[in-house]
Order: sequence, then C-alpha cells, then structure tokens
Amino acid sequence: MQKLELVVTNEVGLHARPAAVFVQTANKYASSIKMRNITNGREFVDGKSILGVLILGVGKNHTIEIEIEGSDEVQAAQTVKEMIESDFSGLL
Amino acid sequence: MNAQSASKNLSFTLKGISAAPGLAQGPVINYRQKNLEVPRQHGSDSGKERPRLQEAIHSSQLELAKLRDQLATDHPSEAVVFDAHILMLEDGSLLSRVDESLAAGLNVEAAWMDGIVFYAGQLESIPDATLQARAADLKDAGQRVLAHLLGEDFEIALVIHQPSIVVAKDLAPSETASIDREMVLAFCTAGGGPTSHTAILAKALGIPAVVGLGEVVLSLQDGTPLLVDGSLGEAIAFPTVQDLSLFHQRLQNARNVSDIELACASDPAITTDGHRVEVVANVGNPQDALVALQHGAEGIGLLRTEFLFLERKTAPTEDEQLQAYRQILDSMASCPVVVRTIDVGGDKEIPYLDLGHEDNPFLGWRAIRMCLEQPEFFKVQLRALLRASPGSDLRIMFPMIASLDEVRCAKKLLKEAREEVLHSGGQIADSIQVGIMVEIPSAAILAEQFAREVDFFSIGTNDLTQYTMAAERTNPKVAHLADACHPAILRLIQMVISAGHSAGIWVGVCGELAGDQDAIPVLLGMGLDEFSMAPRTISHAKVIIRKWSYESAGQLARQVVNLESADAVRQLVRSQSKELGIA
Repeated sequence: MQKLELVVTNEVGLHARPAAVFVQTANKYASSIKMRNITNGREFVDGKSILGVLILGVGKNHTIEIEIEGSDEVQAAQTVKEMIESDFSGLL
Repeated sequence: MNAQSASKNLSFTLKGISAAPGLAQGPVINYRQKNLEVPRQHGSDSGKERPRLQEAIHSSQLELAKLRDQLATDHPSEAVVFDAHILMLEDGSLLSRVDESLAAGLNVEAAWMDGIVFYAGQLESIPDATLQARAADLKDAGQRVLAHLLGEDFEIALVIHQPSIVVAKDLAPSETASIDREMVLAFCTAGGGPTSHTAILAKALGIPAVVGLGEVVLSLQDGTPLLVDGSLGEAIAFPTVQDLSLFHQRLQNARNVSDIELACASDPAITTDGHRVEVVANVGNPQDALVALQHGAEGIGLLRTEFLFLERKTAPTEDEQLQAYRQILDSMASCPVVVRTIDVGGDKEIPYLDLGHEDNPFLGWRAIRMCLEQPEFFKVQLRALLRASPGSDLRIMFPMIASLDEVRCAKKLLKEAREEVLHSGGQIADSIQVGIMVEIPSAAILAEQFAREVDFFSIGTNDLTQYTMAAERTNPKVAHLADACHPAILRLIQMVISAGHSAGIWVGVCGELAGDQDAIPVLLGMGLDEFSMAPRTISHAKVIIRKWSYESAGQLARQVVNLESADAVRQLVRSQSKELGIA
C-alpha cells in the first residue's frame, strides 16, 4: 500500500474543476484510492468518487492523506503526488 | 351573452408595485420551475428498479453532453461544468448508497432522491460557497434524472409561441435577459421591489412590469386574459368589456402623448428661466445605447458593464472588452459616456469569479471591494477602457465606494493600467474624467472630502436608499420603505450636490429617482447637473424639466427636505406639477 500526505495549494482547494480532474485521474487506475482531510478531520472517502472528494471540503493549504492499494499503486501514487504538488499544472 | 356575463363575474384586479411603465394586454404564460413529486413505496423489486435508474441516468447524461457540446463552440471552458454534472450522476458513492436503499425494497425514485439529498446536505454542511454551489448542481442534475424516471419534461426554458404576459415568482437577471423580448408584452411577478433586477431590466427593454403582486398571481393559468398597467402597478385578470374599453382609451392617449414627446426628444432640457441640465441614459449593453440616442439622450450617464461578464464561464479578455467599449463609444460620438467598472457581488452568479454565497450580499464583498483585491482582473477592464478612449469623451466611475482609501487605491490601479497601455504602445485620450458612485451613506456624508479626489459624483439612489433606509430592495415586504423620495434621502442628495459644487465638480443621479416624475423637479431645484435614466423615460423627463422654472423648482426643493415622509413629498410635488399642467 502507498501512503501519501500532501498539501493542496490550489486557490480553490479540491472543489469544482480540481476535484473533477483529481477523480478523472484516479479512475484511470485499477488500485483503490482512499483519502481523508487531516486539516478538518473529515474521514476517509472514495477518491474515485467526485462527491466523496467534494465532501472532504479540502480548502487551500489543507493537508490530505491518501491511501492507494492495488496492482498499479506505485504509478498511481506517483501521478497523484505530481498532480497535487504541481498544483494541477497543465490539467485545469 | 353567457360567456360575457361569465367573464364579468371572473374579473378581478391585482395590486402590485409599479416597476416599469406602460400598458399591455395579452394571455398569461407562467414561468416556473417544475416541482416534481417524489413517489415513495416499500416492497419494490430492486431487480426491476435498477435498470430503470440506469436508463434514466444514461438519458440525462446524453442531454448534459449535448448541452456541453452546444457550449463547446462559443464557450469552450463552460463545457467542464457539464462534465462535472455527468460525473456526479455516475458517482460510485452515490450509486452504492442508492443501491442499498433499492436492496431494502425502496422504489427507485425515492432511493435516488434520498441519495441526492444526502450528498447535497453533506456538501451544504461545509461552510464554503463553492461547495454550496456544487450542492445546487447536484440537486439540479438529480432532478433531471428524477424527471426521466417519472417520464416528465425537465427542460424548463420558457418557449413562448405567441406574444404573452410573463408571470413568475421572481426573475433572475439571466432569466429576464434570456427571455425572448419580441414575445414578452409585460412582466408580472409575485415578489420583487420597484428597484429589483426585473424592474430595471424591464424599464431598459421598454416592457411594462408590475412586481410584488403576491403569490395569487401565480395561480393564473396559462392563457388567462390579462390587462397590465405598469404605471399604476396593477393587473386585471379576465377583464370585462368596460375594463377593455377603458384600457384602449388610455392606450390611445398614452400613444398620442408619447408621440408628441418623442418629436421633441432631442431638444435640450432647459427650464422656463433658461437653466439647462443634461439628460442622459442608463444603458446595459450596446443595443441600449442606440435606443438611448433615439429617445433623445445627450450621452450615457451610466454604462453598466456587467453584460460583458454575466452568463459566461470565463472572464472576457481585454480585446473582447475593448471591442464592446469601442462600439458604444463610437455610437455616442463625442457625447459623454460614463462607464461604471464591474459591479457584481454575491447576488449575481459569476462562476469564474468565485464570489461565493454570502448571507448579506448587498453588504458584502462586491464591486470595488472585490476589484481592489483582484487587481490583475480589474486592470484588464481598466486597460480595455483606456485603449477604447481615443476620440471619445470617456469617463470612468467606481461603484460602491465607502472610504477615501478605496478611491485612492482605484486611482492608483488606473494609473498603473495607463502606464501599461502606454508602455505597450497604446493610445489614450488626453483627458478622462474619473468619478465615483455615491451610493453608500458614508460617501454622501463625507462628500466634501471625496470631492477633492474626483472629477464628478453620480448618486446611485437605488442603493443609497436601500442602505439608508435599511430596506432590502428585492424584498417586497419592506419595499414601501425603500422610496427614494424620502426626505432623509433627499437631504443626503442635497448634501452631495452642494459638496460637489463647492469643489467645482459636476453631480448627477443615475438611480431610478432621476427618471421619477415626482423627483425630477426636486432634483432640478437642488441644482443637479445631470439626470441619467432608462432611455425610454428621457423624452418625458425633458418635457417635465421644460415646464418648470429653476427658481420655483429651487423653492420646492427647499420645502420638501423639511417634510416628514416620501408620501408627503410626492403629494406636494404632484399638487405643484398639476398647476403647471403636468399630468
């Protein structure tokens, strides 16, 4: 299992477009992707679900924890990490 | 005979608030969002229910994809919003929740809507405006699927096949704007006040409107014959023969009067003793500017620039804005054109600005407050305006000014924008006046200090009234308080005019008050330099000004500020107007 702890620097957090892009990307992988919001204490949701991601209420500078488990977990973790750390560079 | 006596029995009059003058006769058409009932029963066969849901979701997604594709050509970035809707409908968390209810034997409509309501509630519980909007998106998409499950039409867009009177609870700006103008004879709304968006738009479009008619107006069936008197603020359903003949008589009189007034519309507005004032137009888009000229406008006293920003998913570019400003400035030749920089806030939805939902949008983060915090966004508009200025009399006006700091900051950004334009080789007119809207009581009270910073004041009486009387302009329950003829407002206006004149700058009014028959002589007497109003009221306003002498208007102005109420002011003005032969 891959575990990530990331800070979301996007101006609008994981709302609206960034959330949709996140979910679309997550759905490209076979691994399960679970995440929670450490900053506001909202518990694990399905990272492949747009509603799940939205109800985490991830705002700017919130820290999220992501758990990825499955056959392609390494690639999935790397993609997600790059995407969040680059603030969705070129994807929005 | 039977039909006639029946119609006589049915006739009834609804009283509302006059929002835009004029007379109209026609059938009712209801503009309302469908409220679908959700059937609920237990013991359903989930094996049969699940495929129905699949099909309804699929059909909804196809519709959403079609909407997305339609927008993709003109507004490519809008498409993304519909992508989000499509994603929501196939969301794993939502569907597994729905599946659980189905497995427990709940029917599919109830199971689906329970899921939607649950997640919408989750989203709404997070104190973030964007997520509140997403909750609305989810409910909207959910309703679409529900409509499919029930075999009902979801598309609520109003299609009018014959000229009709549009009846609605209330109309949002985008709704009023998207309605087919050729087919709308009048607007009648249950809610709204005299300065609501419906009223302002209707006035600009020259469409009679009555607002605040109450819920009863919503009970009128499509096709109900209706007479609307926008000036009196009333509507008669199922009119009798007498009602009709009286109506046609008034219509004929009104036509005769307006023909005479229009014939001399382009003559200047000069009082009997030779005092001239400027009568200019409030316009909201390039088409209005042309209408304004036809009605005798000597310039534009308020160009609302929101039309460039509303109903789109990305901000207009500098070049797009430049083109629109040039078009208007060109059509007005050398006449003055006062452009108000963008004035939006939490009561208008502008997706790309992320204004957020506010409990009190009229007291919130709007207009100049928002612009000063987003200088790069604001400077796009300023540069476009400056680049459009050569060869015209452009004047730039900042809205919602509450403090001197705001004026100074806005001027500083304007200076930066000027340097940027010049640096990139652009041309700018030699002199561009810079002024402020006086619509917040603090600016009116400190007008003397503000006058040192600007070239003009334009008093926005709608907001000034709302803020001074603490009466929300869209709330019919307090609409009676929001009368700008109240002596408290008139005194503030007098203060602003005097402060402006002491500092040697001109003062105008660009609220509804400037075109208000009862207020015109008062404002004239106070020494107002510029009256800016809806284009279609200009010719009539000029007729009124020409009948007064500056001296007697001055006496009137000194009298009214000592009265106790707006009603008392109106009564006094009306009795004096009558003596001058003004109806």
